[in-house]
Amino acid sequence: MAEAHPVGFQWVMEAKRRGATIIHVDPRFTRTSAVADVHVPIRAGSDIAFLGGLVNHVLTTESYFRDYVVAYTNAANIVDEGFEDTEDLDGLFSGFDAEQAHYDPVSWRYQAPDDRSPDEEKRLQQIREDESGGGGQKESHVAAQSESHGSGGAAVPWKGKRDETLQDPRCVFQILKRHFARYTPEMVQEVCGIAPADFAEVADALVRNSGRERTSALAYAVGWTHHSTGAQTIRTGSILQLLLGNIGRPGGGIIALRGHASIQGSTDIPTLFNILPGYLPMPHANQHQSLDEWVRDDEGKAGFWGNIRSYAVSLLKSYWGDAATADNDFCFDYLPRLTGDHSTYNTVKSQIEGGCKGYFLVGENPAVGSANGKMQRLGMANLDWLVVRDLQMIESATFWKDGPEIETGELVTEDIGTEIFFLPAASHVEKAGSFTQTQRMLQWRDKAVEPPGDARSELDFYFDLGVRIRERLAGSTDEMDRPLLDLAWDYPTDEKGEVDGQAVLREINGTGPDGAALSAYTELKPDGSTACGCWIYCGVYADEVNQARRRKPAWEQDEVAAEWGWAWPANRRILYNRASAAPDGSPWSERKKYVWWDAEKGRWVGRDVPDFVPDRAPDHVPEEGATGPDAIGGQDPFVMQTDGKGWLFAPVGLADGPMPSHYEPPESPVRNPLYGQQNNPTRRKYAHPANPINPSWSEVFPYVFTSYRLTEHHTAGGMSRTLPYLTELQPEPFCEISPRLAAERGLEHGGWATIVTARTAIEARVLVTDRVRSLRLGDTFVEQIGLPYHWGRNGISQGDSANDLVNITMDPNVYIQDKVGTCDIRPGRRPRGPALLAFVDGYRRRAGVDPDDPTDGGADR
Amino acid sequence: MALSPLEWPVLRQLRGPDRLGRGKASMSHRSETLEPRTVEADKVVDSVCPFCAVGCAQRVFVKDGKITQIEGNPASPVSRGRLCPKGSASKQLVTSPTRVTKVRYRRPHGTEWEDLDLDTAMDMIADRVVKTRKQFWEWEADGKRTRRTLGIASLGGATLDNEENYLMKKLYTAMGAIQIENQARI
Repeated sequence: MAEAHPVGFQWVMEAKRRGATIIHVDPRFTRTSAVADVHVPIRAGSDIAFLGGLVNHVLTTESYFRDYVVAYTNAANIVDEGFEDTEDLDGLFSGFDAEQAHYDPVSWRYQAPDDRSPDEEKRLQQIREDESGGGGQKESHVAAQSESHGSGGAAVPWKGKRDETLQDPRCVFQILKRHFARYTPEMVQEVCGIAPADFAEVADALVRNSGRERTSALAYAVGWTHHSTGAQTIRTGSILQLLLGNIGRPGGGIIALRGHASIQGSTDIPTLFNILPGYLPMPHANQHQSLDEWVRDDEGKAGFWGNIRSYAVSLLKSYWGDAATADNDFCFDYLPRLTGDHSTYNTVKSQIEGGCKGYFLVGENPAVGSANGKMQRLGMANLDWLVVRDLQMIESATFWKDGPEIETGELVTEDIGTEIFFLPAASHVEKAGSFTQTQRMLQWRDKAVEPPGDARSELDFYFDLGVRIRERLAGSTDEMDRPLLDLAWDYPTDEKGEVDGQAVLREINGTGPDGAALSAYTELKPDGSTACGCWIYCGVYADEVNQARRRKPAWEQDEVAAEWGWAWPANRRILYNRASAAPDGSPWSERKKYVWWDAEKGRWVGRDVPDFVPDRAPDHVPEEGATGPDAIGGQDPFVMQTDGKGWLFAPVGLADGPMPSHYEPPESPVRNPLYGQQNNPTRRKYAHPANPINPSWSEVFPYVFTSYRLTEHHTAGGMSRTLPYLTELQPEPFCEISPRLAAERGLEHGGWATIVTARTAIEARVLVTDRVRSLRLGDTFVEQIGLPYHWGRNGISQGDSANDLVNITMDPNVYIQDKVGTCDIRPGRRPRGPALLAFVDGYRRRAGVDPDDPTDGGADR
Repeated sequence: MALSPLEWPVLRQLRGPDRLGRGKASMSHRSETLEPRTVEADKVVDSVCPFCAVGCAQRVFVKDGKITQIEGNPASPVSRGRLCPKGSASKQLVTSPTRVTKVRYRRPHGTEWEDLDLDTAMDMIADRVVKTRKQFWEWEADGKRTRRTLGIASLGGATLDNEENYLMKKLYTAMGAIQIENQARI
């Protein structure tokens, strides 16, 4: 965190000053480790085993926060009799389809109630239909729809039976205990390379600092997510924090340290294939051919997500304005439908195969920033046209004349038919707009100066492009053009023709029947009388004021600082903060008082905007048949979940199991000590000759590599390698290795090394350092090579790109690559030109990479 | 005018109240009269750092339509005025001499960049979108209505404003383009 989020880290140091214990778990010793109380080196890709060990510790030592767990989690829920655990199936859960490599989650559900209500009967019927018809859940995972649970949890058909003594052998709590029982300290050592004494120190500190009086926070970044098991790593953290009662309370939580100025905003108002603004799912052709079908899974279920129809209709009204009416399903049919995985890596494959010919790159440099850079460049070399919008001449714009494949002869400039438009972009001070930072807070930037020359903002570019496209289609009677011609695309512009970003923010906020800005998403209606571009952002323009532009100084506010910027939803700073009070509504402790029930006023009050129905009493029991927010009980703090509880066990919503299990990365020198199943059985393989996988346990590729950031550079480097200050501070790519590995391979500090995988080889300077530790796993050592990934061939400081080594194998929930791989390392620079290809090919042959199926790492056999 | 040895900085430091030499004692006549360039700014504009997602508040100093300095804003409850090395370098980011400010065009099979007028480039891009969209248009897949084009993809960085992402997704969706992605998946 000190390395990649240095200014945010000042608050960790504040906490330390007040007595907090700071624990840093990371393969490398960084600027965070330097000031932490404890640094725990860990093998890259083994986080679930480590966190699972902590879960097991909390369960076996009975250190969980019992009152919280019983009342606020699904620990007491009884699971279906058909459920079988990884304990029963050597690393698989029930419902696995080996041929399709995916799960049918139907046996993971809560046990069906004996006397079902008509609504529950209907839901059961739906599940049965899905089972016989191929499975709606399975379909949705093929299109990464897990991600649509970014704001509302996956829907369960019923709340089901609970045993609040937690003794029933089929209750979640007992299942959890059995599942994690094998994650012992000894196992943690064997998988992660962490000694039992170090593990005990972490476990004790965490337990000591959790409960009524104290809370602990977990902070993570892409070190947790960039794995074929990434979503389940976060799940393990969630289970741990729920058991310790650290969610929804001040000082607690799981803090996602997002890595780019508005990467949170880019998910909330997505430019992602599988979701629409506010995490509404993109319709899937097999499931959603009408508005009713689109919202069916979630509509009417308990919690605020049950009002999905209001959010969906309001979005359609924002998109198509007056053209969207109740008679035409509010133009639902204008939405294109998914049929599977249309994510960026699959799109690249489609480009290489000739199925996708036009490409916009907008402030993104996949030639350096995406896994398997070669595939990115091969895709771009096979387009009809490519538009690159950026500040600097990035590698993704120049691959056709100086990319690595030009050097090796795999591509020839004159043979590349891609027509390229490089359009200069405006910088952050040359346009007004909002970023959503990592705490879900929107902050508005004012415009300082005009952009230089031809540079323009994306807002202006896309508005203008839309205008020009619509001009070309004007008068068309072709049905395919209706969505463009009916589009609400009339934004106010200034004298230079530039769009007013505040007008767009106001559209995102939404307006009511009278045309005035709405104040809260609870005002949205399913009848078309409201419009709202992103329901979770509703309120950012309340009272016709740009709330994201609020800048009341910190010294004029308390530490919640509710009047600086605006956080979604409803300017709430801590989510699920009903959980900061006990079931009866009183604070868990005076010390951790945050939001509580004021019986006299009959309302929830406190320091934050309560994350609850404001006047719902703690003892409220919903009426039979209640739907949506009405179905939230007074002790159900997780208001976006259909059962109101935090999930220790996910009966639905994940592609790879209801509970996390440790699987090895797709390339690993280690046999999975936990199960016979080596890899995540549902990982998404990426079959392509340019994406060969190193066989696991290969002596040819005996070392682990992983990539990371440096404080002085930013991601793919376009915003940092081009600046003299930053380049001077970190002038060239390097690899960090342990003294033991240096001796083993004859590598000299300051000299050159070549790092080889089945994809390609890169060179970097050698940094021999104790910052990267040799890890002892049982009776073997594992060596890890650390690679900062910021470099490419352009800019002031240049070098090979670490991402050229990274294979594409994806998490089955969200299609993110696994950045851990295996490699060889040897002294000296890499071969130049075509000799590089022969060099890598030699490795492939020696390692036994199957030329007919190069993406099969051999681990599933 | 020659400086009396008594006025040498080290002696001033020993004689005067600034014993640590971190204030007046270390100043020359020239440095005493210097002022930071932030004082000369015509205006100070509130902004937010464009690098990581902490969201540090920035104050942007502008003189004669040019950015002269970017500093942290102490009023922010998030950053309290601090900036990291990248945030501190953001003046270089926006004033970099290697920034490309003119449209560049590479024709198919071309070996060099060429100049192109922005308006012409916009027309050419719009033409290509319309053509490729139609070429790859698909009403149905496996008998199910899809109403989409698989011919056009987009990959955005996460320094895009919310308003920009909103317009992008809106326009692409109306086009029927679905392979719309972002750094957020990478």
